[in-house]
Amino acid sequence: MAEASNQPHESLQSVVLRGPNQTSRYADITALSSRFAGSINEIIESLGEITVIVKREGLLELLIYLRDEPSLYFNFLSDVSGVDLGEFATPRFAVAYHLYSLKHNHRLRLKVLLEENDAQVPTVSGIWKSANWMEREVYDLFGVDFINHPDLRRILMPADYEGFPLRKDFPVRGY
Amino acid sequence: MVSTKEIEVPTTSVKTLGKRDPLGDQRMTISLGPQHPSTHGVLRVEVELDGEVVVAARPDIGYLHTGMEKTMETQKWQQVVTITCRMDYLNSMGNDLGYVLAVEKLLGVEATPRTQILRVMLTELNRLASHLVWWGTHVMDIGAMSPFFYAFVQREKILDMFECVSGARLHQSYFRIGGLMADIPDTFLPLLKDFVAQFPDFLKMAGKLVTGNKIFQSRTKGIGVISAEDALQWGLTGPSLRGSGVAWDIRKTEPYSGYETYDFEVPIEKDGDIWARYLVRMREMVESLSIIQQTIDRLPEGPIQSDHPKLKLPERDLMKEHIDVMIHHFLLASEGFTVPIGEVYFPIESARGELGYYIVSDGTERPWRVRVKAPSFLNLQALPKMSEGYLLADLIGIIGSIDIVLGDIDR
Repeated sequence: MAEASNQPHESLQSVVLRGPNQTSRYADITALSSRFAGSINEIIESLGEITVIVKREGLLELLIYLRDEPSLYFNFLSDVSGVDLGEFATPRFAVAYHLYSLKHNHRLRLKVLLEENDAQVPTVSGIWKSANWMEREVYDLFGVDFINHPDLRRILMPADYEGFPLRKDFPVRGY
Repeated sequence: MVSTKEIEVPTTSVKTLGKRDPLGDQRMTISLGPQHPSTHGVLRVEVELDGEVVVAARPDIGYLHTGMEKTMETQKWQQVVTITCRMDYLNSMGNDLGYVLAVEKLLGVEATPRTQILRVMLTELNRLASHLVWWGTHVMDIGAMSPFFYAFVQREKILDMFECVSGARLHQSYFRIGGLMADIPDTFLPLLKDFVAQFPDFLKMAGKLVTGNKIFQSRTKGIGVISAEDALQWGLTGPSLRGSGVAWDIRKTEPYSGYETYDFEVPIEKDGDIWARYLVRMREMVESLSIIQQTIDRLPEGPIQSDHPKLKLPERDLMKEHIDVMIHHFLLASEGFTVPIGEVYFPIESARGELGYYIVSDGTERPWRVRVKAPSFLNLQALPKMSEGYLLADLIGIIGSIDIVLGDIDR
């Protein structure tokens, strides 16, 4: 058993040295930060993934640019999802957009941070039609309002339901 | 509270269904489902008809919503695997794989070679099982009863193999973060080899029974057409997108679990109709079988559990000698492990399309947020676009051709 007792120590080092397993490619957006300096708050790179924190006001302009610029060409909206950052957190909500480009095979994540008393963000369903249902789901489960959305109704919960289940202050079990 | 809009009631409510428009318009609105076998679960579609022609189709979902994303936030990292496989219950191995890979990326862990190959083997086997259910039910919707039984004979063999490795037939929870539940038993590989040997005969018979059938072809060719641009706009992924001529398979573009080392083709059809989507899935079964054969040929011996100290329980003998090892085991078993703060989006190619896990970790032993980007959800969203202008009977075929699973949509 002497051999085995040495092993955990060795393997810990190999884990640290190996680093994260990077499978996805993320887009090169170095040019973006100067062009949209006014609407980008922060660019975070971690685990091989790039997150752009965007101001709500500049979101649509930036997304249209990302879709149409030939060197980026994000023609596919993978996901729109909400995150509740905590019951007492400010800002309270994040809406994350995951973009993908079939032409260049790269991805990008954009995040808009929202205050609890002002949880609304312009809809992107005019840019990618697929956003329609995904935004309805975020509205349904988080209560984030999507301005100018063509059909903002509850989608998973019943139409007369009160409350937003994925918020952190929503109880997991009853009394 | 947030200033949210008042909840709008749908324009066509259940009360007005079936009533003719008083202004003399011959349009009629009917409710298809939710309890209808051809809706593949609990899907309701509000169909507006002009005679027999579909003018508008509005899917109504949520009947199977059980708040799985919320439940995941209350479970420990390792326990979430039991929930992921219950979402898309026809492709549970694939759903587990996506979650496990996402958490492994957060942890910076890579599975051992044997585990990676076993994962690919079982995921492809599950893809076959999923496509078999699709084939049987889709063809039955269109009017052929007997193919369903042939498909389920084959699927039964796959489920028996899953039972052999994990003890469960549908919700296996066999993939764990950092490894597998256990190594495969000795009886598994002979079963798998027998299955692989006889499966081409089934595909040949399926070709004779359905693919070459003129009635089936005339029911599917030119029906439910969606162009490549529309398909991308509406977020279609997987075989449904490849039926419109778009070459995108995440196993090729962003390979995971060593898919880049396998030799397989991605079937593409250009027409964008039911027939094209049918052919893509039929040819995918051949490719999946080829991948399974390759995994059998290269399966190495070796450990299945990654050496990461957080993920591997200590050796029994060491625990008896060292108090710190004992404490480590106790904490791992009772409290679980923590995952570093961070967020990750991990897409994989499930049997239905791009299945993405967006996981946010706050550094505790439970996930802060697990968002599942379900392929069926977006595939169903494109249904109105595909079905408008076709007959009501064609709508049934179109629903079958996008291969939705309502457990995946509602979660």
